[in-house]
Formats: sequence, structure tokens, C-alpha cells
Amino acid sequence: MLEIKNLHAELEEDSEVKILKGLSLTINPGEVHAIMGPNGSGKSTLSYVLSGRDGYEVTEGSATLDGADLLEMEPEDRASAGLFLAFQYPVEIPGVGNMTFLRTAVNAQRKARGEEELSAGEFLKLIRAKAKELQIDADMLKRPVNVGFSGGEKKRNEILQMAMLEPRMCILDETDSGLDVDAMKLVSDGVNALRSPDRAFLVITHYQRLLNHIKPDVVHIMSEGRIIKSGGPELALEVEENGYGDLLAEAKA
Amino acid sequence: MIPRAKLKAQKVDVAEAFIADRALPEGGAWITRAREAALARLTDMGLPVKRDEYWRYTDPRRLTETAAQEAALLDPQGEAPVFGAFDRVKLVFVDGVFDAEASDSLALDGVELCTLAEAARADLHWARDLYGTLEARAQAPVERSLASLNTAYATEGLLIRVTGKPAKPLSIIYRRSATGGEAMVRHVIRVEPGAEATILENGPIAARFNQVMEVDIAEGATLHHVRAQGRDHERAGAAHLFAQLGAGSQLKSFTLTANGALIRNEAVIWLDGEEGSAHIAGATVGDGSFHHDDTVFINHAAPRCESRQVFKKVLRQGAIGVFQGKILVDQVAQLTDGYQISQSLLLDEDAQFLAKPELEIYADDVKCSHGSTSGEIDPHQLFYLRARGLREDQAKLLLVLAFLAEALDEIADPELAEDLRERMEAWLKRRV
Repeated sequence: MLEIKNLHAELEEDSEVKILKGLSLTINPGEVHAIMGPNGSGKSTLSYVLSGRDGYEVTEGSATLDGADLLEMEPEDRASAGLFLAFQYPVEIPGVGNMTFLRTAVNAQRKARGEEELSAGEFLKLIRAKAKELQIDADMLKRPVNVGFSGGEKKRNEILQMAMLEPRMCILDETDSGLDVDAMKLVSDGVNALRSPDRAFLVITHYQRLLNHIKPDVVHIMSEGRIIKSGGPELALEVEENGYGDLLAEAKA
Repeated sequence: MIPRAKLKAQKVDVAEAFIADRALPEGGAWITRAREAALARLTDMGLPVKRDEYWRYTDPRRLTETAAQEAALLDPQGEAPVFGAFDRVKLVFVDGVFDAEASDSLALDGVELCTLAEAARADLHWARDLYGTLEARAQAPVERSLASLNTAYATEGLLIRVTGKPAKPLSIIYRRSATGGEAMVRHVIRVEPGAEATILENGPIAARFNQVMEVDIAEGATLHHVRAQGRDHERAGAAHLFAQLGAGSQLKSFTLTANGALIRNEAVIWLDGEEGSAHIAGATVGDGSFHHDDTVFINHAAPRCESRQVFKKVLRQGAIGVFQGKILVDQVAQLTDGYQISQSLLLDEDAQFLAKPELEIYADDVKCSHGSTSGEIDPHQLFYLRARGLREDQAKLLLVLAFLAEALDEIADPELAEDLRERMEAWLKRRV
């Protein structure tokens, strides 16, 4: 589904700063992949380059979603094509109601795909059901997007958006950061509920603990802009026990 | 810096030139006295010139030159008139002159209504204690002589005395039929104790307008004022809102301005009684040679009053926005709650926002805050919306409307607010 080949990217404003240095990754439908790695290894940059944020220049390599060239597309077209990024730091948007935002987004994507837009009634029914599962109350839906939300509320709101938009390829960028145990469970349950044979996940995380809740099929260790080792869930446990030191030394050797 | 005496002489010259060929209008005793007094104030102060500190960001010449420049009439291209969907009492002015045929009946429960033209013929009128009084009061600490000009020469307008709670809003509509010409319009409004009314205004008035609204809100009374100033781009004008508020009374005034070569909206508010509340807000969208100036002065003269100033401007392609806002808190005005925010969203690098927020506080137990910002659309917000599937233009529109929302929230009636929000959305859609 997601096919990344030899991806190289640098900062747009400083071509000396090379962040991704030949990253390759294939994710098939139904799979959950985790990327772990020390700070500065390029994990978040990967999520931004895939979702189309300004500020990065791809110098080599490719990234395709179901065969379509992601890197050639505008961010909104990537979204409509089924790519979703759950932000590490969800953005506050004063003056835009959460509900209005979600309805506009859902219908913008449906329109872009040539599907019928949802009526106000249909949308309301859908969002009420999904919000309930994530313990998001009516007040949170009415408030401006992420404004005054706690860390946990922001992350739950990201998962709500994911549930409403039903993307095929979900990237979760450090979704566990800033979450307490209960919030982590809620968010993980929300993600797990979305697992399906035709949907895939890429879970970017610093710590193993999220992976106790969202069980990955494949774990990748990233360092200095490349994947240096891939394996099963046991690889995450190894990191948890020994840190990244041994793995990094092994890769350099 | 030019010497004060020279500046003064220059201002007096401008005023003398302006009134050289204009005789004071004929009228009854009460109004003739008010007009003569205003003319004396005008010739003493002169008219504003660019070197005036108070006109630092806005060149008043188009408002003070003897002949008004023409302004093309706007083709509404099928757009429904503002407030058109509301049940209201229509009071129509064409080229600044009251049109009785086009207007609804002036008879309405809870309101005494008459035209200035009619009242001026009488020897006495209830408005005599107000007409020109608030304008005169507003001449210190800063001169506002364009308003004195209006007191002296205006022959058109409405005298509105609200005695109860009229069922419908009074809707003043300004239409234009001529590309040239000037209009001076004067409204005097008295809201009696405990009474409540909504006054709507919409339309461009004239190629050049000078409008003054004097408002006296008695104890426990409420006035809602919602204004949409038309969008004939070449027009120029100055509007003054003078309002004094009694104890426990409320004023909410909102103005929408789109386009305009030069519009200066001044508001001077006196909170004279305890626990009065005044909210003055404005939303402005403009591009090209657009120049818009909001100048607000709020005087807290009694304890436990509340005031809010919320001004938002969306500017592009060379447009200039100005905000001068002051909160003055007298020594007696303890427990004042004053808030002022003026912000502009610059959609490109050519637009300009000039702001001069001021606080002057003589009481020691008050809560006053002010903020002024100028910026572009936040790239993080834009990316967040696009990453969720909104097209770039759609995302920008949503963010611009979100920026304007705080000002629109100052309109108490959500349906009126929605009408104006849709106007702004339509304006933005044609451009963003």
C-alpha cells in the first residue's frame, strides 16, 4: 500500500541539513508497522514529508500510496487519497468549531473523490457515535478546534478525526507523547477499533509502551535518516531493555 | 513639526473655504441655536488636516475639500440586500435624503420617530437637549470638527425616541442614485429608562458622506446598533457615533465595512452611570486603494462599568487599516473592566496596518487589557487543515472567517451576525 524507496530529504532553507538519507519501507494492507528511534533520527520528518508539509526538499527516491506518487500531490490530495497524519502537536484553531471543521474536512474529501457529501443529519449521527467511543463529549465538539484542550483531549481529537475520515494509511506521529495511562488506553482502543484488512498503520514512537497497546506486525529502528534494523515486536522490547546504543553500534560496525 | 499657530491657521483656512458658499439651513429656533453654536465651534477649531496628530495615519483631505469626488455606483450583481430577510421597519434615504414613499410608516409601538427635516421646522423639539450636545461634549480632549460641520449643516436624518420595546428593528437604508454628491446625515437617538431597541443601518449613503449619530441611553436601557457600510469602492466618508450611557444601560455597536477609498469611523462613548456596558466592534475587509480608519474613545466615568473594543481587519493588495483606540478611566471609575483588541490579517506583503492603542487610567482598582497584532495566515493552521483534506483556498477562507469571528460575536442577534458573516464570506470568496 505504502511504498517508500530510497527517500532522501533535506531542509528547504538549508540544503546542508540532510535528514532522510535513503529510507526504504513497504507497508501492506492490514499491517501495523512501528518506527522507533532516538531523537533527531528523522522520524517526524518522515511523517511531514509523506503528508506534504512545506519546508523539506526531497532530493532522491520515491513514495507512493497504492501506486500513486505522493510526493507530486498537494497535502489535501494526499488526504483525499487516503493518507492521514495524526499530529504530534495538534494545531489550535480559534474561531473554527471542531464540528464545523470535521464536517468541512469529511465533505471536502468526499467531494474530491467524487462521492456524495454527507448531509448535516447524517454527519451528526456519525460523529455522535464515534465521539462516544472516544469519550469525547458534546462540549468538546462545539469548542474551537483543539483550543483549551488538554494533551489527552487533543490526541483523542486526532483519533476522532481519523475515525471520521476513514483513511487507508494512517501515520501516528508520537501519539503517545503527553498521555497518561488512561488516555493512552483510550487512544489505543480507538486505533485498534480502526484496524482492518484494508487499512494500514505506521506508528512513530519513542517508547515501547504504546506498542503494548497497539501491537505492531513489524518494528523498524531508525537512525540518522535510515532504517537500520527491522524485526518483529521483540525488537521493541529489546530497545526498551537495552536502549538504542547497541543497535546503533551494530549498524555502524 | 510646524508651529501650532501655523497648523491652526491652516485648519481654519480649510474650514473657511469649505463653508464659504454654504449658508446655514433655515429652521426653527431650537435648531438654529444649535447650528449657530456648532458653526462657531467649527470656525474656531477649523477642519482637520494631515498634520494633525489625530489624523496621523489618515489624510482627511478627501473629506474636507470643497467639492466631493465622484464615486461609481456599485453593481450588486444579484446579491440580496443586507438585512433583506428580516422583518423590520424600513427607513430609506436616497442620496442622503429621506424618501417617505420608499419607507414604512413611522408609526410604531414603543418608538417616536420623526425626520430631522420635519423637526427642524418646529420651534421646539425633545431632541433640543441632545442635538449637538454630545458632539460638543466630544470636542475634548481631541477635536472632532467634522462632526461640528455636520451639526451645523445637516438637514437630513432621524430623531428616534425609544419609549418601550419595539417589536421590530428600525432599519435605516441608504441608497444611492447619483455618482456625485455629498450627504450629511444626522440621527439623534434617545432610549428612555428600561427601553430597548435595535437599529440597523446599511448602504453607502453617498459619494462622500458625513454622518453623525448622537445616542443617549438612559438607566437600564439597551441599544443594539448593527451597521453595514455598503461596498461602493470609491466612496469616502466619516461617521461619528457619540453615546452617553446611564446606570446599568447597555450599548452594542457593530460595523461591517467592505471596500472604500477612505472611511473614518469614530466612536466616543461615555459610561456615566454605574454598571454601564459598552461594546464597540468592527470587521473590515478591503483591498487595493482601500483605506479604513477606526478611532474609538471610551471614557469610564463611573464605577463598575464594562467596555469592549473588538476590531478585526482583513487587508490585501495595498489596503491600509488604521486603529486608534483609547480607554480613559476616571479616578472615580473603580472596578472598571476594559478590554480592547485590534488585529489585522494581512493577506499579502503590500497591505498595511497602523495601530495606536492607548490606556489612561486614574483609578487604582481596575482591570484593563489591550492588544494589537498584525500578521499573516498561520502556516501551521493552514497545513493542519489541508492535511485533513481542505483545499488551500477553502482552508484560507475558513481561517480568515475564524479571524473575523470574535468581532462578529459582538452582535447579540445570531441571525443578524450570520447575515453579515455571509457577506464577508462572499466578499472573500471573490478574492482569496
